[in-house]
Amino acid sequence: MEIPYTIKARPDTGLFNAKLGIWLFLASEVMLFGALFSSYILLRIGSVEWPHHVLDVPLATVNTAVLITSSITMVMSWASLMMKDFKKFRLYMGATVLLGFGFLIIKYFEYTHHFHSGELPSHSTFFAIYFTMTGLHGLHVIGGMIVNSYFWGPGSKMWKTEPERFTNRIEVAGLYWHFVDLVWIFLFPVLYLL
Amino acid sequence: MELTHAEDIKKHVRVYVTVFVALLALTVVTVTISYFSLAVVPAIIVALVIASIKGSLVASYFMHLISEKKLIFWALILTVVFFLALIFLPILAMSDRVH
Repeated sequence: MEIPYTIKARPDTGLFNAKLGIWLFLASEVMLFGALFSSYILLRIGSVEWPHHVLDVPLATVNTAVLITSSITMVMSWASLMMKDFKKFRLYMGATVLLGFGFLIIKYFEYTHHFHSGELPSHSTFFAIYFTMTGLHGLHVIGGMIVNSYFWGPGSKMWKTEPERFTNRIEVAGLYWHFVDLVWIFLFPVLYLL
Repeated sequence: MELTHAEDIKKHVRVYVTVFVALLALTVVTVTISYFSLAVVPAIIVALVIASIKGSLVASYFMHLISEKKLIFWALILTVVFFLALIFLPILAMSDRVH
């Protein structure tokens, strides 16, 4: 059976199905992270003291730049397909996956540094919520990397048979990836700067 | 996004690069301000305002919300309402505190 409206917009929604689907999924993701931000506020206003600048701000600033860069390479991979340039798509998508990997490597160094200093989630309320939020975000980065790697590799075969459908897939994967970037844009000041 | 011509996409690309530079610049600004040792409330306001600007830039341009169909806006407005309810829950909890 053929999946309907993968390329053309559905008349009543005005959107191809996957786009409405990913936005509804992202709405549920807003609530997932929203619950954690809400918990953060509750824990913080209920605490006697809250640490300031105990995390590695310069390293996290670099990581923020890495993730922002991965967002522009992601949107450029989609734009390349719109301009029918598959080689450039490959290049930008490859860069997106590598930048995601770079983000995780930097996060790994941060985590191991905390572990060696005895700053485990049980160390304080701050570290508990820090590991919960950045850990969940890190899992989202891994998920996005798996999907993006698939579209960079075996999944890109679709470009030859159904180029428009493949372009839409990249747009949808991009919407998810930008959302992961967007969450980090809020996590960074909340956990590192304030 | 509707099927667009290659020329339009080239214009989009210029916008993406501008947004990218703005995002990097705002990151530097927010980090610099965090070293000024402002009082807690102004520090939170400044950091959240900058983060909201950055977030809006990503959503509007990278996620194409600026030219998106109405249905998505309605879904997102509903999400924002519920999100705000979540964020205000701790404040309700505060007013419920036993003194």
